[in-house]
Amino acid sequence: MSTLDASAAALPAADLPAGDNYLTCDRGFKSWAFTLDHKRIGVMYLTGILIFFMIGGLFALLVRTSLPVPGVAGQAKGPITAELYNKFFTLHGAIMVFIVIIPGIPAALGNFVLPLMLGAKDVAFPRINLMSFYFWCAGVVLALTSLVLGGVDTGWTFYTPYSTTTNTAVIPVVAGAFMLGFSSIFTGLNFIVTIHKLRPPEMGWFKMPLLLWAIYSTGIVQILATPVLGIILLLLIVERAVGIGIFDPALGGDPVLFQHFFWFYSHPAVYIMILPAMGVMSELLTVFSRRHIFGYSFIAYSSVAIAVFGFLVWGHHLFVSGQSNLLNTIFSAITFSVAVPSAIKVFNWLATLYKGSINLKTPMIYALGFIWIFGIGGLTGLFLGTLATDVHLHDTYFVVAHFHFVMAGTIFTFFGAVHYWWPKIMGKMYNEALGRWGAMLSMIGFNITFLAQFWMGSLGMPRRYFHYDPFFQPYHVASTIGAYIMGFGFLLTMICLVHSLFRGKRAAANPWGGVTLEWRTASPPPHYNFDRTPPVTDPYDFNLVRYNADTDAYDFIPAEERVAVPAGHH
Amino acid sequence: MNLTLLAQSDRTIFMPEPASTIAGTVDGIFYFIFYVSLFFFVLIVGLMFFFIVRYRQRTPGEGPKTQITHNTPLEILWSVLPTFLLVAMFWLGFVGFLDMRTVPKDAYEIRVDAKKWTWEFIYPNGIGHPELHVPVDRPVRLVMYSQDVIHSCYIPAFRVKRDVVPGRYSELWFTANKVGEYRLVCAEYCGEGHSDMFAKVVVHPAGTFEDWLATADPLSALSDEQYVEFMADPQAFIDKYKDDPEIGENVQRLKVPALLGKALYEKKGCSQCHTIDGTDLPDKGPTWKGLFGKTETFSDGSSVVVDRDYIAESIREPGKRIVAGRQNIMPKPRVSDRELRQIVEFIKSLQSD
Amino acid sequence: MADAVQTNAQPHADAHAHPSNLQHHFDTPAQQFDASKFGMWLFLSTEVLFFSGLFLFYTVVRRHHPDAFALGSTFLDWRLGAINTLVLIASSLTMALGVYFAQRSMQRALVFCLVLTLIGAFTFMGIKYIEYSHKIHEQIVWGKWFNPTRGHEAAEHENAAPHGEVASQQDAEAAEPASGSHEPQPAAASAAPAAAIQSQPTAASTDSAPASEPALPIEQSGIMMAGNGPSGLAAGEEVEEKGEEPELDTYALAKQRKDVHLFLGVYFCLTGLHGIHVLAGIVMIICLLIGAIKGRYNSDYYTPIDVGGLYWHLVDLVWIFLFPLLYLV
Repeated sequence: MSTLDASAAALPAADLPAGDNYLTCDRGFKSWAFTLDHKRIGVMYLTGILIFFMIGGLFALLVRTSLPVPGVAGQAKGPITAELYNKFFTLHGAIMVFIVIIPGIPAALGNFVLPLMLGAKDVAFPRINLMSFYFWCAGVVLALTSLVLGGVDTGWTFYTPYSTTTNTAVIPVVAGAFMLGFSSIFTGLNFIVTIHKLRPPEMGWFKMPLLLWAIYSTGIVQILATPVLGIILLLLIVERAVGIGIFDPALGGDPVLFQHFFWFYSHPAVYIMILPAMGVMSELLTVFSRRHIFGYSFIAYSSVAIAVFGFLVWGHHLFVSGQSNLLNTIFSAITFSVAVPSAIKVFNWLATLYKGSINLKTPMIYALGFIWIFGIGGLTGLFLGTLATDVHLHDTYFVVAHFHFVMAGTIFTFFGAVHYWWPKIMGKMYNEALGRWGAMLSMIGFNITFLAQFWMGSLGMPRRYFHYDPFFQPYHVASTIGAYIMGFGFLLTMICLVHSLFRGKRAAANPWGGVTLEWRTASPPPHYNFDRTPPVTDPYDFNLVRYNADTDAYDFIPAEERVAVPAGHH
Repeated sequence: MNLTLLAQSDRTIFMPEPASTIAGTVDGIFYFIFYVSLFFFVLIVGLMFFFIVRYRQRTPGEGPKTQITHNTPLEILWSVLPTFLLVAMFWLGFVGFLDMRTVPKDAYEIRVDAKKWTWEFIYPNGIGHPELHVPVDRPVRLVMYSQDVIHSCYIPAFRVKRDVVPGRYSELWFTANKVGEYRLVCAEYCGEGHSDMFAKVVVHPAGTFEDWLATADPLSALSDEQYVEFMADPQAFIDKYKDDPEIGENVQRLKVPALLGKALYEKKGCSQCHTIDGTDLPDKGPTWKGLFGKTETFSDGSSVVVDRDYIAESIREPGKRIVAGRQNIMPKPRVSDRELRQIVEFIKSLQSD
Repeated sequence: MADAVQTNAQPHADAHAHPSNLQHHFDTPAQQFDASKFGMWLFLSTEVLFFSGLFLFYTVVRRHHPDAFALGSTFLDWRLGAINTLVLIASSLTMALGVYFAQRSMQRALVFCLVLTLIGAFTFMGIKYIEYSHKIHEQIVWGKWFNPTRGHEAAEHENAAPHGEVASQQDAEAAEPASGSHEPQPAAASAAPAAAIQSQPTAASTDSAPASEPALPIEQSGIMMAGNGPSGLAAGEEVEEKGEEPELDTYALAKQRKDVHLFLGVYFCLTGLHGIHVLAGIVMIICLLIGAIKGRYNSDYYTPIDVGGLYWHLVDLVWIFLFPLLYLV
């Protein structure tokens, strides 16, 4: 660790020499591979996740490219056979769910931002944090092993008995998912302890930024749900490897039991995906409309409510699997109850925009896009929670479109968050025009891709189909075109980010005028996070900063200059 | 075989042609949710766009026009009002679903045998057929079973779907109320041929279904001479005629009775007590190898040459005559006449060398 | 922004004296200890959920195959299980004592306790090894390899008829049109052979069954097996003891039932997973032992002993549930 002389220590953070930050304080492969710095771990996660997002997206393009032509039953379409197609959609799903989106915001951004937002020096257990990352790497290696061994064709849901009897490389992928589960558990555990124990004494629960409520709720879900995934995957591996027979009806087993265990995790898992995104939303919308969040407590409580209720609805994935009428009814009713806290958040966000001063920077475009996208995603969930309509829509493209819309809520918010914290993480500003174009194109492409899928789904087009009734061809063609537009948009986004590393302007400490504690330190932060322990304030009180036209950034107003803040916050 | 969805008349914009009594209900609920969702979506997104334009930042660093941070009555309002709509949706879905799960007592039962990657429909008369034929305006119940992995029986036009699971029976029911042809597809991923696993559904006008059923038996398409030829050497007959332009399609659906009998030997539990390789199980049943045509002696001293009638009696009334030296322990299996014939054919094929 | 006090940008060797075990991102040792303990409790809650999944499996399978479970449990020696239970409880005690001594900086006592705990752990694994190897030798294992064979016959006995064929017969037989019935097939399947044999009033259905009747466990389980009829209960001399003859029937009966392997599958999964956790615990205790020998733990810093103890208590607790559920069915 480098030493600083006293004169440097007295400078405001933004004026520290550019060389002395967490990225430059130590060099070499080992300084990254064995780092205990949460910021470096976050950056490694971010890099890995962005890379695998592109790989998962590539598989998605392969899926869509296989589909504009309906094909003839039993025949391949050029070089693409049905078996290959099945592997495409399986790998797309498995990579996106387990490697990208579940780690997603918590691992790539939460790791970086959480301690900073608490004014802390690191997470509670830095070594466990590094171990989480190693688990993630192990999961990735195992998934790649499966690819090398020919891939897997079970669908990312691994339903038995197909997954116990197919002869593709199931065990490596399932073992990989198992490892990724551990990564998730330890990340959640770390975050929960950090929020409990490393919060400054002045920062009570209701003075935390809402992102931390979101990450906390996510952590609860991670540690309680993921072990169940762990055990069911382990049993799947054991079944395949030594034939215990628990899922094999010929030996007295029950294949539907797998579905219960699998969805007991995988439904809460989608809340692991969306809760952090909702937390990010609260940060982005406030900063880019200069408004205090509307309804702080309601948003905070609804995060916890979503986490809790999320555990009680897994049966809505089994409405047509043979569940009893009673269970079906209970699960449907509770599913509707989960809709309420989500709706509350959306209304509160809208109210946050009201009479604000809205600045359409790239992160804000993503955040506003979320309202559109999650609006559609959430509302289409109602069709699926309703028993009578779910019978018709289950396992059709309607479901595919629904979950892509809600997951896209996470992905687009993820990119909004990446752009938002990019100056802090990298110390560089990205090119705003490129960022906006990337955002708009990917979101427009996304909508074309999946709105077409809603339509063909309700018309009866089943999912995971390689050949299909030519009646549906126009929908598939539209969807594929949309996918390519979306892919191009994401490519632009990646170019934007990479370009900024080489040509981006040096970032100020607080380019957006945020008030949460990470903006009180330099961009990028020093290794030890803060020059001086930052004061704890209301995280959404934007009167604490003022715009500086010379730097096109914001400065914190020194205490003696600050005017009294009008009443109206907690 | 690529079927195009035929007769897409009175299709609504999002739903396929309705052809069952429940379709109207399902579509009604669907559109109710759709319009409610559309309303809220337009409201939310409309407000969003309105705010973006109306409250856009005009100079950099410009502050907001209000500092309001909460309004509890408003929160309660927008939490409670949508809840009413949600309860309505749940209720409609629940009630509709109960209808879909309550099978009428007089439903016509058809068994469905799913395997990778074909459907077979077995009608009450025992005939297996690759197409699902049903009479119009009559409740039909499908009792379904999978031979390998989980499949799912989905008929979009009828709005019905149910997973077909190995190791257990699952059922669904419908009343088709529109004559025509529809499509049944597999809706649970089952491997390479998942997207090729479909079947034609034919709804017959009133009074014509039974006629079809009579002709559905592939044997009924054979002339008397062909029938005799078939029974003499079933496999050779099938091999010879399977590509015949006239009867080929039916011949392909023929199954060698002895092979069917062998499947029944296992399915019905005969294999528990009767071997087919000549091994004698003194405390169980006689072996079937060489049984046909053998002289069997009973505990009361009488004897018989084993023929079709004796085998039928053994199955229908197992305790009537007990072979000497054996116990009266045979349970009574349920076999239809056709299955009985197949078992007899199978036993016949197990002659001593 | 002018209310900051301490600067962090100081060279590491500088003034703020702190205990060497205090990590930099914590302010006080108490905070660090609290955080570690909280973290361990959270981890234990994940372990509870992990095992709960398996316990749920146990429950579901047992509910559908109660008789198979009763019969399968007879293959377990409850005495070995009981010894293991006592061993683990004792090692939990020595572990707790270790924490006690660490808190009082009594290093030698701590080391002694850790050694005792380790001995307990190894004893447990040793007994488990004996149990597993016995079962594997006699083919009392899971799935289609379930083929219980008395030890002295294991060598000569050729494998039973391929399970797949028999199982499919079972399965296919159970596929009788059961209009309106949605009972999971295995229940129906197991009822069928029992029913078939039930009507036989005479001797047991095994090839080499002696005149004396099956041991009590079978009767208690309510399995309607052949031999419970009029010519049944002989005044068996050896009924009370776990003699050779009754056990022979158990093996044959289990082979006949075709679903006892499910119990063995659950048994191996549960005890296997638990065993892996014991092994992990052994590694952990060895690490603690090395640290203790080096004098790393004292009243100022005993966190690893404390949280390690918590883990070990959980391992013990899981076994305390496992033992009755598996051995005392």
